[in-house]
Amino acid sequence: MTTTMQAPAPVRETRADRIVMICNYAALGLFTLAVLYPLVYVFSASLSDPKNVASGKVWLWPVGFSLDAFKAVFDYGSIVSGFSNSLIYAIGGALLATVLTLFAAYPLSRQGLPGKGLIMALFVFTMMFSGGLIPTYLVVDRVGLLNTRWAIILPAALAVWNVIITRTYFQVTIPEELLEAARVDGCSDFGFFWRVVLPLSKPIVAVNMLFYAVAQWNSWFSALIYLTNEHLFPLQLVLRQILIQHNVDPSQIRDTSELIRLKELQEQLKFSLIVIATIPPLLIYPFVQKHFVKGAMIGSLKG
Amino acid sequence: MTTETLVRRSANPARKADAKQQGLGLGARMRRHWQLYAMLAIPLVWLAIFAYWPMYGVVIAFKDYNVVDGILGSRWVGLKHFERFVESYQFWRLIRNTVVLHVYELVATFPLPIILALGLNMVRRRWYSRSVQLITYAPHFISTVVVVGLIVVLVDPNTGVANQLLGLFGLGPVDLLSNPGSFRHLYVWSGAWQTMGFSAIIYLAALTSVSPELHEAAIVDGASRLRRIWHVDLPAIRPVAVILLILNIGSILSVGFEKVLLMQNSLNLEASEVIDTYVYKLGFASQVPQFSYATAIGLFRSVVGLVLLVLANTFARKFAKSSLW
Repeated sequence: MTTTMQAPAPVRETRADRIVMICNYAALGLFTLAVLYPLVYVFSASLSDPKNVASGKVWLWPVGFSLDAFKAVFDYGSIVSGFSNSLIYAIGGALLATVLTLFAAYPLSRQGLPGKGLIMALFVFTMMFSGGLIPTYLVVDRVGLLNTRWAIILPAALAVWNVIITRTYFQVTIPEELLEAARVDGCSDFGFFWRVVLPLSKPIVAVNMLFYAVAQWNSWFSALIYLTNEHLFPLQLVLRQILIQHNVDPSQIRDTSELIRLKELQEQLKFSLIVIATIPPLLIYPFVQKHFVKGAMIGSLKG
Repeated sequence: MTTETLVRRSANPARKADAKQQGLGLGARMRRHWQLYAMLAIPLVWLAIFAYWPMYGVVIAFKDYNVVDGILGSRWVGLKHFERFVESYQFWRLIRNTVVLHVYELVATFPLPIILALGLNMVRRRWYSRSVQLITYAPHFISTVVVVGLIVVLVDPNTGVANQLLGLFGLGPVDLLSNPGSFRHLYVWSGAWQTMGFSAIIYLAALTSVSPELHEAAIVDGASRLRRIWHVDLPAIRPVAVILLILNIGSILSVGFEKVLLMQNSLNLEASEVIDTYVYKLGFASQVPQFSYATAIGLFRSVVGLVLLVLANTFARKFAKSSLW
């Protein structure tokens, strides 16, 4: 979001206004530092010598530089497999979900399609009411997806909110005249969608892909209930074991010469793991944030 | 084109597309659009399997489900599971924990993005507001698991910074995560940390749509900055705020379940057991899965949530003149 309004230069600023302004700058600055601090701390801790972290010497900058914790992460088997599984889920899930969303949103954006209102209502109703955890689980079990990669991808393959946003986008950006012109040229609905609508809709396709990919990358709960095979676990589930349940498998840390050192490294592993899990999304985020913002804005047009 | 048709067409632009089809019957119009229906068919099949089939599965809340007989074959038991839930000793604790947690979250975190947006809107140095935005949006992109992992390392009783800070004030190390008294604060304020920046976007957008002339006129009239926020900026935000508030109230019993589950441990259960985590436990983490009972509790939660949503919407339409439908 870069649309901070350029307020008109006031005729004359009163003293009170200037004080308000200074307080505002200061408060925003402090708040920003408060948001930043936990991230900086974890980053510094992950680069520090494990001894200094354990004894609480690290609070802002790294103390005694060491990369051991990062080496431990890359040697840890289930993290590596979790990472590649998550990549599969994020990319596969995003592709499938985007196709489904476009297929739902485009026909529903067309004027004069009989039954459109009813179908839209069928979609929207699922936002307000759902079968819930256990009936959904029983369905996934019944169709034989349990303990397969599809159990992660398929049930999450459509978000109604995205259908609404995408539909609004089509309604706003694809002029009716274009369709009529294409019809005169003998273009079918498929042809129009493929040759005219899609090329005009790159931004909304990007928004959908990003949204679904990030949602899949961050998801862990469906894996918790649908998967028992550890080789299929996504990264987030592995992270949960290590970061939250403190389940570190010592045999997966190679450098196990001393017992105390191992203990320190287990603790340190958490910091480096948080850094590694946070860096990819944060690195791409400045590039994609405008798409996310756009998505949020299109949605707010016709919430 | 006569004036009359011109008026008719501009009065009802939606009809325009139908102009050519007006002579056609419903069947012919549907046949003409068969390709659109073919596209819709794929998402509709998905919707039928993964959204409406589970809705049908909700009937097991009124049955004694067992795997052998399946959903259809299991015995009907009426409201047995609902009665059991309402009478169980867990009932009031679950309701209290769920409501208190989310009301606390709503009250604490709802105004924050508005304040942040108002503050950012005042800033006239571009680079400053841009950096504030860039940094405060960032936590939104971090996964729930990692955020909870961050909480774990920050409040660790031995090495976490939170306890070193407490140590400065002479307070002994506390295991904040295993303490029912601090669970809610940790949950709510870590949530504020994560979502506040990103939630401000929508308000900032509403603020940029305020015409600069309104501000200029107010300045000429001698309005101070705070007065302008009150009389110009806040009214611009109000419709968006009301809609977000309705949505929040409607989901008061359901949101945040995954994070609660991640932050839960056997020591903070007293404050952290909410309806959804209880449903999860009954279904997946207990020795004998109680699918019917768990579904009944989940259904209870969904219905109450739907009622709250409708109530909030009616209320908003009446008093704030903006609503979801």
